[in-house]
Amino acid sequence: MSREQEFRHVLKTLETAKLDRRGFLTLGAAGAGTLLLQPRSARAAEKTRTSARIVIAGAGAAGLAAASHLARQLEGAKITLIDARKEHFYQPGFTLVASGIKPQNYVVSSTAEYVPQGVELVPERVAEFDPEGNKVVTESGKSFPYDYLIVATGLKLDYAAIPGMDEAQIGKNGLGSIYHSPAAASATWQAMSAFADQGGVGVFQRPGTEMKCAGAPLKYTFVTDDYLRRRGTRDKSEIIYNSNNKGLFSVPIVSEKVRMLFKDRGVKVNYERTLQSIDLGKRIATFKTTDGTAELQYDFINVIPPMRAPDSVLNSPLPWKSGPWVAEGWMEVSKGNLRHVRFPNVFGVGDIAGVPKGKTAASVKWQVPVAVDHLVADIAGKQSDALYTGYTSCPLITRLGQAMLVEFDYENNLTPSFPGVIAPLEELWISWVMKTMALKPTYISMLRGRA
Amino acid sequence: MKELDPLVFLAVFQEMLGPLLWVLLLLIIAGTAAFVVLLLKERTIVSRRLVRSELAGLAGGVLALILMAKVSSSGFTDAGGPADWFLIALVFGLGLAGTTILVYSAAGWRAQRQEAK
Repeated sequence: MSREQEFRHVLKTLETAKLDRRGFLTLGAAGAGTLLLQPRSARAAEKTRTSARIVIAGAGAAGLAAASHLARQLEGAKITLIDARKEHFYQPGFTLVASGIKPQNYVVSSTAEYVPQGVELVPERVAEFDPEGNKVVTESGKSFPYDYLIVATGLKLDYAAIPGMDEAQIGKNGLGSIYHSPAAASATWQAMSAFADQGGVGVFQRPGTEMKCAGAPLKYTFVTDDYLRRRGTRDKSEIIYNSNNKGLFSVPIVSEKVRMLFKDRGVKVNYERTLQSIDLGKRIATFKTTDGTAELQYDFINVIPPMRAPDSVLNSPLPWKSGPWVAEGWMEVSKGNLRHVRFPNVFGVGDIAGVPKGKTAASVKWQVPVAVDHLVADIAGKQSDALYTGYTSCPLITRLGQAMLVEFDYENNLTPSFPGVIAPLEELWISWVMKTMALKPTYISMLRGRA
Repeated sequence: MKELDPLVFLAVFQEMLGPLLWVLLLLIIAGTAAFVVLLLKERTIVSRRLVRSELAGLAGGVLALILMAKVSSSGFTDAGGPADWFLIALVFGLGLAGTTILVYSAAGWRAQRQEAK
């Protein structure tokens, strides 16, 4: 390939990638009739022949999407998907369940229904990663050697790191926690609804670690505020949001917008506070502040625990060896292609990836094809120029019926898919429609490798 | 996968609407066909029938908006910006046009049958 051809190829890839993202979100706006169809690319039809053994650890959103993409692009590969959990959770829907918008079963399906043909699902948990020996070992002691490994284990919600916290109490005594499970999200809705009937002090927070969808704690604060207003108890209530740092969102322009909205809604904000312990009986949350501790008496609290890598990854050679993520154990992958920095035949996608942004389903949507493209190129003995720019999106619900469709990348740039039509920092119904109607079908299509 | 094809849209809409999707698709295809055949047969547009159909179409537009609000768990005061008004107009417009065509065709074919008798 000449230099010029190469340049043209890169340009074309970039162009397709951009259209593609727009096309993806267009699914959401399909109701608006802005359909943007693209012809089937010739590339998808070609399959790469190989006898490579590929192990995918974790069958959540990232693991299943990776399995689908690999199964479509490879012929003859032995693809093994390892995960003990039989249920599949549509996690972007947890906030909707906890907001009383959708029932609990809206977010629950089964892993088996998304496993593509030709991929073996091993119902076990990975206990040990051995990237030097090119194998993983499951809890039953079974060893799975691989040529390529995709780590998609997701993360661990570290409730134990908050003294006094008891997961079994979620839904009782004003305790909510939307991330824990579909049942806990539903129980949180019961607790929040009871709180909205009475009014009182609502305490919201986010952990000091990296976390899944950093917009969720904000969304839930907004939704609770709206319920209090609708039920006429906002006047006798106080809503306090506790941020772990000096901002409200990692993207400065979004942080500023949220600050203004919080001011508008009368949400009190405390900066640089993390939840240190909780007394569930007395309903007291103790926060670590810059100069000691502070206690907050609450009537309702949404506890979001610290998040970190699962023990199997944390105790392996895969995490970062230096920098801010050593303790949390996120995988040391290159942020542009999700390839492990020290083990080139290992990729990390989804929540487990130690990259600056993301931990959302939208990140998974854009990470997986890039990682898979590099893996398949390795097998074919080619070079891949696929690049993940950190694109992710967050339909940030700001009240029932409205959301801001915030899209951004590693560089904190806003990357709106419909510039001039759907303004990223505007509270819009159309963004809400996307969240409630179109995201789940699009997500399911992603699991099947179809979107 | 760096592509989108109509099947994806079909999958997404199927997930969204369930069996209602097929009912709607069937209605659209059958209604359009009936309308076109009627036009060819009558070789004119009966303005009295059209006006009546358009009145029914107004109700159809409102119905489409109610359906949209229900499916998207929305209230009726949620519009916040121009894009929202565009979407509302579009949904109303589709409901209006669809109902008008269906009612016009149904009334036309009824008239045809009565004439035949």
